[in-house]
Amino acid sequence: MPRQKILDMSVDWLSILDPEGNVDITLEPALDTETLDKFYRTMVLTRLFDEKAVKLQRQGRMLTYGSCLGQEASQIGSAFAMKPEDWFFPAFREHGVQIARGIPMKLLYIYWMGSEDANMKIPLKNFPVAIPVSTQILHAVGAAWASKLQKQNIASVVYFGDGATSEGDFHEGMNFAGVFKTPTVFICQNNQYAISLPREKQTASKTLAQKALAYGFEGIQVDGNDVLAVYSATKAALEKAKSGGGPTLIECFTYRLGAHTTSDDPSRYRKKDEEEEWRKKDPVKRLRIYLEKKGIWSKNYEEKIIKEASEEIEKAVEEAEAYNPDVSNMFKYVFAEMTSNLKEQMDELSGFMAKKKGG
Amino acid sequence: MPKLNMVQAINLALHEEMEKDPAVLAMGEDIGVDGGVFRVTEGLLDKFGSERVIDTPLAESGIVGCAIGMAVSGLKPVVEIQFEGFSYMTIDQLAAHASRIRYRSRGMYHCQMVIRSPYGGGVKALEHHSEAVATFFIHIPGLKVVIPSNPYDAKGLLISSIRDPDPVFFFEPKKLYRAFKEEVPEGDYTVPLGTGKKLTQGDDVTVISWGAMVMVCQEAIKKVTNIGVELIDLRTLSPLDEKIIIDSVRKTGRCVIVHEEPRTLGLGAEIIARINEKAFLYLEAPIKRVTGYDVPVPLPKLEDLYLPDPEKVARAIVETASF
Repeated sequence: MPRQKILDMSVDWLSILDPEGNVDITLEPALDTETLDKFYRTMVLTRLFDEKAVKLQRQGRMLTYGSCLGQEASQIGSAFAMKPEDWFFPAFREHGVQIARGIPMKLLYIYWMGSEDANMKIPLKNFPVAIPVSTQILHAVGAAWASKLQKQNIASVVYFGDGATSEGDFHEGMNFAGVFKTPTVFICQNNQYAISLPREKQTASKTLAQKALAYGFEGIQVDGNDVLAVYSATKAALEKAKSGGGPTLIECFTYRLGAHTTSDDPSRYRKKDEEEEWRKKDPVKRLRIYLEKKGIWSKNYEEKIIKEASEEIEKAVEEAEAYNPDVSNMFKYVFAEMTSNLKEQMDELSGFMAKKKGG
Repeated sequence: MPKLNMVQAINLALHEEMEKDPAVLAMGEDIGVDGGVFRVTEGLLDKFGSERVIDTPLAESGIVGCAIGMAVSGLKPVVEIQFEGFSYMTIDQLAAHASRIRYRSRGMYHCQMVIRSPYGGGVKALEHHSEAVATFFIHIPGLKVVIPSNPYDAKGLLISSIRDPDPVFFFEPKKLYRAFKEEVPEGDYTVPLGTGKKLTQGDDVTVISWGAMVMVCQEAIKKVTNIGVELIDLRTLSPLDEKIIIDSVRKTGRCVIVHEEPRTLGLGAEIIARINEKAFLYLEAPIKRVTGYDVPVPLPKLEDLYLPDPEKVARAIVETASF
């Protein structure tokens, strides 16, 4: 036969907990009360952390900030599937992953208030944020590749958005991961917009997950507002990666309820009703109903965790605002050893500062 | 002691460093089975295997970006970019990440990696195969830039680059790959980064150059009589060995800078600025530049006219000396 079908591929959709909090018991992961409590608390904490950050920015106390409102399930579900020794490469909206991975909120605020010094104290394996779009994907592939060469049982997990899938580094990273079978989990939080550009103008592909198929590995689309589905998919992908099965692309189908950043006005490019539709699919609310049915959630419980989270956030903000970086840090970390040229420039600046002080 | 050309000297450095340090690995396009298009990585695959000598897909940003991930995990990748004309794709990863991860993480991570690439004209090559592109990379804080001009330095500088805890772009003058042989010791020796070298002593004119242009300057010096020329081979373009420049110009009061890169904002411009800041009152003549012109490198029918040659350099030396 001169012409025949030589390729037959498909992409799965995974959803376990629906917007009304109904669970598919055949897919429901076996999580104990303590773990479910941790999931919910961290989602609430992330939401309050995020809300506070936006407020601080409005008051001129923070830099431009990208809210993760609405993406808590994608972030917390995947973060808790990782081990502390796994590499985590964020883009810049993964506040929930960072909080779940135990990065002190004080450090997150210090960074978004304007100092790289925050990155100095962040536990290893949690890479600093990447503002250029998609560039971090390659680092995650390289780190996973290194762990394979070093015979360590470590995977890397990298986060990026729908917009990143148009960048060259996304394709190069996916290709390298496929060819060298690196233990990498690619988490694409498809929040439907890259600033103003809707998902359907980003690519003609029906799903983003299917892009993995072209690179020779599995892609799956997951309900990104369903923390159980995201957790299960990430856990399976990590297990596969660590047992030599290679990479996986997980498309978390979600929605950015807030603006791209505090500098953005989404009313210019999307309708309120669309936002309202997505509010009905709120990831936090959905888990709440599930926990209530399980007898974990109650009004008292809610009040208690909100109080605890708010206190923790207030303390973090206070400490972050009290932080002032040393000016020498501007020059100290360019090279392992400061060059004479940089030493001269540092002295020039201190001389200028001393003069200014002395009037 | 064996006499080696630059390709052999670099190859020897790679063999020795990979033997010495299991964290060092080589990666790039056609570097394994093929031994590199210039054969610089010949024999590495047989000796160290495909986990450490990696033939990668054809994607320059991908190679460098993956190398960054490896470097922050404790490996020491030595990346080959096949031709300098394809190095532009590496700039994003180098400028946005490799060069600044130490800075942005305040020393928590660093990027010990080398990017090797042939560069430069004079070999009658195709478009994008004859460029001198160091200027782009010199402008990136946190990235070191090295260019050897002879086999001995090539080996010693490459070893230093591989051992340096910060990222280094190591440009190899392809015109000199097989131009001449000289004695290159086997075993461990280094040429420190950030240090230039005086190749001739003289009191009248300082000539500053690097890479393939050093040989052009040496030819030029043979053409001038009765002028004492102090020829400095910078060897590292970033960080710059300012002291060797300033000391020499304070002595001679006259200076010619020769580079293959286009003139505007080339390293020559920065050298002149530094001389103005630190040796202005010693100057007896305006500083001259003999450089590539501010045009794309022409194809071979006009290429010789584009490049600095011994005659252009000799003329500049005479004019500066007699100003």
